[in-house]
Amino acid sequence: MISERFFNYIVALLILGTALVAWVMDEPFLITLTTKAVILALAGVGLNLALGQGGLISLGHAAFFGLGGYAMGVLASHAQTFTPLMEAPFLIVGTNSMPVIWLVAIVASSLCAFVIGLLSLRTSGVYFIMVTLAFGQMLYYFSISWPAYGGEDGLSIYVRNSFPGLNTLDPIQFFGICFAILMLVIYGVSRLTHSPFGLALNGARQNAQRVHTVGLNPFKLQLAAFTISGAITGLAGALFADLNRFVSPTMFSWQTSGEIMIFIILGGVARLYGPVVGAALFILLEHWLGGLSDFWHVYLGIILLCVVLFARGGLIGALAKKERAHV
Amino acid sequence: MSDAVLNILNISKSFGALKASDDVTLDVRAGEIHALIGPNGAGKSTLIAQIAGKLKPDTGKIDLLGMDVTRMSIAERANLGLGRTFQISELAMAYTVLENVMLGALGKRGGAFRFFKPVMKDAELRERAESAIERVGLSQHMNKVTSELSHGQRRQLEVAVALTLEPKIFLMDEPMAGMGAEGSKMLTSFLDELRGQAPILLVEHDMDAVFALADRISVLVYGKVIATGSVDYIRNHDEVRRAYLGEEAA
Ligand SMILES: Nc1ncnc2c1ncn2[C@@H]1O[C@H](COP(=O)(O)OP(=O)(O)O)[C@@H](O)[C@H]1O
Ligand SMILES: [Mg+2]
Repeated sequence: MISERFFNYIVALLILGTALVAWVMDEPFLITLTTKAVILALAGVGLNLALGQGGLISLGHAAFFGLGGYAMGVLASHAQTFTPLMEAPFLIVGTNSMPVIWLVAIVASSLCAFVIGLLSLRTSGVYFIMVTLAFGQMLYYFSISWPAYGGEDGLSIYVRNSFPGLNTLDPIQFFGICFAILMLVIYGVSRLTHSPFGLALNGARQNAQRVHTVGLNPFKLQLAAFTISGAITGLAGALFADLNRFVSPTMFSWQTSGEIMIFIILGGVARLYGPVVGAALFILLEHWLGGLSDFWHVYLGIILLCVVLFARGGLIGALAKKERAHV
Repeated sequence: MSDAVLNILNISKSFGALKASDDVTLDVRAGEIHALIGPNGAGKSTLIAQIAGKLKPDTGKIDLLGMDVTRMSIAERANLGLGRTFQISELAMAYTVLENVMLGALGKRGGAFRFFKPVMKDAELRERAESAIERVGLSQHMNKVTSELSHGQRRQLEVAVALTLEPKIFLMDEPMAGMGAEGSKMLTSFLDELRGQAPILLVEHDMDAVFALADRISVLVYGKVIATGSVDYIRNHDEVRRAYLGEEAA
């Protein structure tokens, strides 16, 4: 079997290669599909930090994905209509600058993750799953009942937001932005995994009592992990909204939370590239099986069941030798 | 009493109708090994759990180094200087021996909220961890995954993690359990030296080890301390012999 690290390089190169080949062959739809996989992978990388390394089974990560999406939607819609978000006590105007939108998405989703974490980390097990789900649903219904930003219908943004020096409407350039962000975040997460924080966090997942006994506080470790996790998924939400030039309450739905979790299970829980492999597989299946049958979710369910039953490490676990890093 | 590192004052703890600790008063002094013995279910582990902060006593007070720690968390007590080993191993089972001990070294030094530097390459932590592993004799198993260790080796590992904390007092709950005769003997001589570094409250069923090591012994029966004193005093204590030692000491 090949090493996990080598496997990861291949996955990254395959994704980059697919986009480049599609570009050369002038297949913008394929580039967009690949971009979608990259963005969903990023959302999964976020959740995987909480789920895989922290052991925090959150079924509410759609909250952060949606917040990132609406950060983009709200800012861009105000820029589109030249109306400020608010005038008093101070003026806040919309923007269509991607970096600014990303920053707002990261700040909003990490704040939200901090608060949700603070409240839900008091529980564990099934209760934690339920509490996070409940928070996600709260934001979902809030987004539906907020007519100023489209309510149930969502918000359309007519022009993709801008990034200095690039033409973001060109599919390959937008892909490049998303791919670069994914690689940067994966690099950061890999550093984090091997850092003192990673050692303590993964230790707390295995045995919280042990971590407590050496004088560390598992709650603080998990709260920090949950916050960073939410920030990453929030950033993915902003990119996803920009990909579609559209946001809607669907981004907040529990199905979205479930799908992000499915990426991780498919690819391999706690594996650095688990969500990447999972999201790519998901998009492939959705595209192929979805074309064959409207009931493609049934096939997805069967595959998922097989992974859970026969390949606990996900696809990466089945294909690559495990890298030993605090897991 | 003046040189007591740990003072337990009138601790009581009930589980429903069961009195697991019944007005327990006990102290551990600098330089000593204070053994806590008693039949199964007497409440030894429950007492250790209250000292460590895992359980809160219903009434009573726990002083550590002259500080009232009764309301403090496990982590706060650990940071004050309490090193604990468990009756049933509490280790990160998927971690290697080294990783588990590094966790202890990290807890002691602090800086767990550093997100970027590789922890296994931290020379300071590595040195602390490796020397603790060497002291308990696990050097040749340093890179073994904990779940693959024998029960005795897990015990040694727990001691190694506690060592990295450089505690002011050790609480050890049956550290010899599951060890062979050879292992028990080695650990006995190790603990004998360790008391010079910090006193030990030692829960142990191995009477040979207890009589060889203890400066003082307290006997717990049904949650109550029925006697505290030197090895000879306890060996010849009528009530203790009746309640616990039986023929063993006869
Ligand atoms: N969390 C708990 N809930 C209820 N009963 C408990 C709990 N922990 C221990 N006990 C009971 O308290 C008594 C003392 O247990 P323990 O402290 O483990 O004894 P020892 O360590 O001396 O063998 C036992 O009867 C045990 O069943
Ligand atoms: Mg016990």
